[in-house]
Amino acid sequence: MRQMSQETKNMEFSADTRALVDRIIKRYPAGKQKSALLPLLHLAQAEFGGWLSVPAMDYIASILDIKPIEVYEVASFYTMYNLRPVGKCLLEVCRTGPCMLRGAEDIVAHLENKLGIKEGETTADGLFTLKTTECLGSCGTAPMLQCGADYYENLSNEKVDTLLEKLKTVKDHSTYMRSNRQEI
Amino acid sequence: MGKKLLLQHENVPGISTFDVYRKNGGYASVEKALKSMTPDEVTEEVKKSGLRGRGGAGFPAGMKWSFLDRKSEKPRYLVCNADESEPGTFKDRYLMEKIPHLLIEGMITSSYALGANTSYIYVRGEYMYVIAILEKAIDEAYKAGFLGNNILGTNYSLNLYVQPGGGAYICGEETALLESLEGKRGNPRLKPPFPAIAGLYASPTVVNNVETIAAVVPIVNQGGEEYAKIGIGKSTGTKLISASGHINKPGVYEIELGLPVEEFIYSEEYCGGIWKGRKMKAVVAGGSSVPILPTDLILKTAKGEQRLMTYESLSDGGFVSGTMLGSGGFIVLDETACIVRHLYTFARFYHHESCGQCSPCREGTGWMEKVIHRIEHGHGHESDIDLLVDVAKKIEGNTICPLGDAAAWPVASAIRHFREEFEYHIRYPEKVKNPKHFEIEPFVSERLLVNS
Repeated sequence: MRQMSQETKNMEFSADTRALVDRIIKRYPAGKQKSALLPLLHLAQAEFGGWLSVPAMDYIASILDIKPIEVYEVASFYTMYNLRPVGKCLLEVCRTGPCMLRGAEDIVAHLENKLGIKEGETTADGLFTLKTTECLGSCGTAPMLQCGADYYENLSNEKVDTLLEKLKTVKDHSTYMRSNRQEI
Repeated sequence: MGKKLLLQHENVPGISTFDVYRKNGGYASVEKALKSMTPDEVTEEVKKSGLRGRGGAGFPAGMKWSFLDRKSEKPRYLVCNADESEPGTFKDRYLMEKIPHLLIEGMITSSYALGANTSYIYVRGEYMYVIAILEKAIDEAYKAGFLGNNILGTNYSLNLYVQPGGGAYICGEETALLESLEGKRGNPRLKPPFPAIAGLYASPTVVNNVETIAAVVPIVNQGGEEYAKIGIGKSTGTKLISASGHINKPGVYEIELGLPVEEFIYSEEYCGGIWKGRKMKAVVAGGSSVPILPTDLILKTAKGEQRLMTYESLSDGGFVSGTMLGSGGFIVLDETACIVRHLYTFARFYHHESCGQCSPCREGTGWMEKVIHRIEHGHGHESDIDLLVDVAKKIEGNTICPLGDAAAWPVASAIRHFREEFEYHIRYPEKVKNPKHFEIEPFVSERLLVNS
């Protein structure tokens, strides 16, 4: 459903974001505007519902005056770009060595239990997607998870519960995805 | 108390702001360099300091700078590698988050030395909130006249930008990083040409790690020779160590190179010993890719000498009995940790992060992950251990970039030092069914198991 509604939607950045896009493109020498591709894909993902549909990627290609395939091949290479719809809150639990040593597997099991979904799935209400991810560079504060732009560190089951409750009461979840969008 | 050159002000309230940073002596290196030194004199100080690249490879920074093609007509670039992704490493994040102006100051002074008028800080995309901190600090520096046109009234100009990555470990490899900065997939380039000749946009480029660039600040302030007085031999200066795993006090510590490993692990000033009153089993001393060492070999070399936190001491004994300082990602495993399970997470990591360009790495990392997975879950065969050694050997040295080596070394070293644990998983599958098997029933050597 989400996918359908997005693909038919007219893809265009807001005026503010468009102005930011122009400033980003100026960071690179003339003719090297393709360098703006990764920052722009982050902006598109934040603005268009947390993932990159084909029309969203085509839109970025048109802004940068590059071929759509140049966008697809990049979007599919980097882990942070979601090529399928995700829940409003994407919970990414780090699972690599140092986090595993400090109990990341228990945190994942607790989240699966609490949300009633398995890793990689989205809750029926579309609020949470649970993922595991490779090292997020937070090994000294393990176990941890990322949601939107923020890190939640030194996790315990209790802290996870508090976070879930907090996220449930947030009205505009897009702020979690793009709290730093001005800065990308 | 060791000397601190980078983190001495880490606990000063407001040190992330320009005003507080400036009041605490910040941006002095920019004033000194731009007003009283030529670019080549700055480079000379970095050479004298003996500073080695802090990202992992340990290549002398001054020498890397001297390779930059200064005769080229093309613009030159300095690119900061803040794509910190090596498991066990989080020092750059800490530095950028706490003292962003130190990196910016280092970027200005270093860009001046290299003759770069546009520089980029490439930060891994997951560090989005750190990117926000850096951009705010860069704005402040522009307003204060330390960035932009005619810095401090001189004829030197510099524009500095932050570039987010997209979540790919491989972009920590410098040519993959440059590809990514050009808006492409992070596939490492064939070398030569090296970035010093043809880097970003085929122009002469230097790529340095965050900590390396930050270290240029104290080097210029106090002089390269003074900096070189800290440390031992070719390991000069201080190093940020990211300490994690089963220790009482995980975190980022600035140490003087030469500190005994034992003191780093057990003293209250640093890691504070092993958690829960347990014993130490093993250490990964320099980030996930360096060889794991058992307790006896991390504390003392095979010759019985005290092991020190230096490039040379940690690598004493080669890969037979030594390891590497690497990026300084110091991961400690206690006696209940399962070496195979820990290794499995690394094998999965490297498989996930392989860019897929070279067959030995693309295929080999996948095979290693699968084989270690089946051993860990009690489905391994006796022949699997030698199979792993064989796969690791066939990846090592056969790829464009060092990711292949980085994936092979942990596997080879875990088997070298902990072969009995692999055999235990294969011979007693019922004992490893529970993921926490060694917490429930500690690992014992099969020799003891059979004799009891």
